[in-house]
Amino acid sequence: MTTMPTSAPQSTPAGNEPIPERHLYGVMAEFTTPAQIMRAAEKVRDAGYRWWDCHTPFPVHGLDRAMGIKPTILPILAFFGGLTGVVLGLLLEVFTNATGLEFWLVVPVRGYEFLVSGKPFHSYPAFIPVIFELTILMAASTVFFGMLVFNKLPTFYHPVFKSKRFARVTDDRFFLVVESRDPKFSRQKTRALLEELDPVSMEELES
Amino acid sequence: MSTIVVDNTFDDPLRRAPLVLNHDRFDTVTEEVCRVNEETHPPLAWYITFGISIFLFGILGVVVLYLLATGVGVWGNNAPVMWGFPIVNFVFWVGIGHAGTLISAILFLFRQKWRTAINRFAEAMTIFAVMCAGLFPAIHVGRIWVIWWVFPIPNQMAMWPQFRSPLLWDVFAVSAYFTVSLLFWYMGMIPDLATLRDRARTKLRAIGYGIFALGWRGSNRHWHRYERAYLLLAALATPLVLSVHSVVSFDFAVSQLPGWHTTIFPPYFVAGAIFGGFAMVVTLAIPARQLWGLKNFITMRHLENMNKIILVTGSMVGFAYMMELFIAWYSGAMYEWFAFRNRMFGQHAWAYWIMIFCNMVAPQLFWSKKFRTSIPIMFFVVMCVNVGMWFERFVIVLSLEMDFLPSSWGYFSPTWVDMLTLLGSFGMFLTLFLLFIRFLPVIAMAEVKAIMPQADPHHGHHDDDDDHRHDGGKAEVKS
Repeated sequence: MTTMPTSAPQSTPAGNEPIPERHLYGVMAEFTTPAQIMRAAEKVRDAGYRWWDCHTPFPVHGLDRAMGIKPTILPILAFFGGLTGVVLGLLLEVFTNATGLEFWLVVPVRGYEFLVSGKPFHSYPAFIPVIFELTILMAASTVFFGMLVFNKLPTFYHPVFKSKRFARVTDDRFFLVVESRDPKFSRQKTRALLEELDPVSMEELES
Repeated sequence: MSTIVVDNTFDDPLRRAPLVLNHDRFDTVTEEVCRVNEETHPPLAWYITFGISIFLFGILGVVVLYLLATGVGVWGNNAPVMWGFPIVNFVFWVGIGHAGTLISAILFLFRQKWRTAINRFAEAMTIFAVMCAGLFPAIHVGRIWVIWWVFPIPNQMAMWPQFRSPLLWDVFAVSAYFTVSLLFWYMGMIPDLATLRDRARTKLRAIGYGIFALGWRGSNRHWHRYERAYLLLAALATPLVLSVHSVVSFDFAVSQLPGWHTTIFPPYFVAGAIFGGFAMVVTLAIPARQLWGLKNFITMRHLENMNKIILVTGSMVGFAYMMELFIAWYSGAMYEWFAFRNRMFGQHAWAYWIMIFCNMVAPQLFWSKKFRTSIPIMFFVVMCVNVGMWFERFVIVLSLEMDFLPSSWGYFSPTWVDMLTLLGSFGMFLTLFLLFIRFLPVIAMAEVKAIMPQADPHHGHHDDDDDHRHDGGKAEVKS
């Protein structure tokens, strides 16, 4: 692969009519280095935009702050996931091994008072390992699925995928997209702002 | 791609050793890693090993069917050795898995950047090893059609698992471990699957990788949660991995049997698991980096670092061997002392001495840097460790042969079914591993790119004053 020689930014996807205003998803600028995207993010943040995003092949250190992203609540959710595991494990073990309770859970389920070598029914020390494993399992599942839910993944369709150049986002290029729904968005001014940042290419995206 | 050989194993604290050699651009990294999945034909060696592996995998299928159709009597298990090869193999395979989690989680928490090149396939190794491990207890129950009894599933018999039993803790520990490892592995792979999707030349590849990439588009708002989630998973996997082998050791330690009933078992098992697992990582890494030309990522420094961990954990294991021996004598418990004398000089003394040589003596070669960085010697040592760690579990399990009562003593010898099942499990492991290399990103590209000096947004800003601290010295050999 060679570096992209394009110095003249394109305004629309090659060979297409200009995108009508109401179909405009946003403007996308392409950069080649982490330093450039960092500077671009700071500029766009300082210009007061809210609906915009950076796309990078790997997490760029410090870009979160440059974009002004608020910390995620995943760690707190993980804690409650873990707590659910503790409670679930404890209830499961006490119910199944130490009580004779009966209730309906689609089918009738009944606990059983297991008497093994005269040990107490409520053998909490022996219950710890299973509780521990369930804690980790629930917390980890919360983290994984929470991450997907917050990130709205899977999302198989997205306007950025229409750009041919965008395929390099998972390789070596850094993209900044400002969306048209941003209150400060203006086709000309936003383009001018991004143009100042010296991108290798500029594109308008159709929604 | 240039393959200038760069020595990055130097120990100069003033210079940061380069972890990615001969690459100063991100796209060449992508190119070199994706080539493994994208070349039309894998190397001839892949076909040969895959053929052998899948043949052994087939044998596993046949012997397991034979076992299920006939009963566990086809194994060498007897009274008093009720636990023969199945538990030996189970503990062996679970242990192998632990290195993957150590690399992916613990080294991540310790900010060991070199882990990025090896974590993907070490985690794959974890998954496949745990799958092999899970097979053995499942078929060991004899009547596999009632294996669901180990899970707390409501049923008409009001029959529940017995939660005070370490064997049941094992069920939970291993299933939690497998699930969390799978989530961790898959999550780490999402950005790289997106890379393969974006490079796909055929519709099938684009759709196949596209589905599993979940529409990943490298959004920084996504990366933010992703990185946080990754950190949390690492923090959760760390106590998990330590607990899993501790629980496995409880299978033995909670019993009353001399030679098993010791408090040293949990830490000793964990150290042994990491030790054996790293040996397996090196065993797989050496041919893989050679065959697919991944030497720029899995460099000599990576291998050397792993060998250092093998040396440390091997010495911990050796210390544990000596310590349990000492305590057996020092405690004055005659049955305990008898069990250990029996291990050393009894009917299976040869297994004990193989274990001592392979696990305690052989890794000591790694004190010398020359040996640590020599491929043939490290391959010899890690093969010793692979064998030795299997024998360690064999020696422990065979404490069953001679317990308190001479009238119930016995002798264990494996049958051909035992042998073929063990061999077949290697077939299963290697088949899965070779398929993984062929179809999934072997190296965590996004993570590797992130540790390159070029990934630092401040890269090149203050090169004038402290050049040598950034990527200087030998890192400056350009392709």
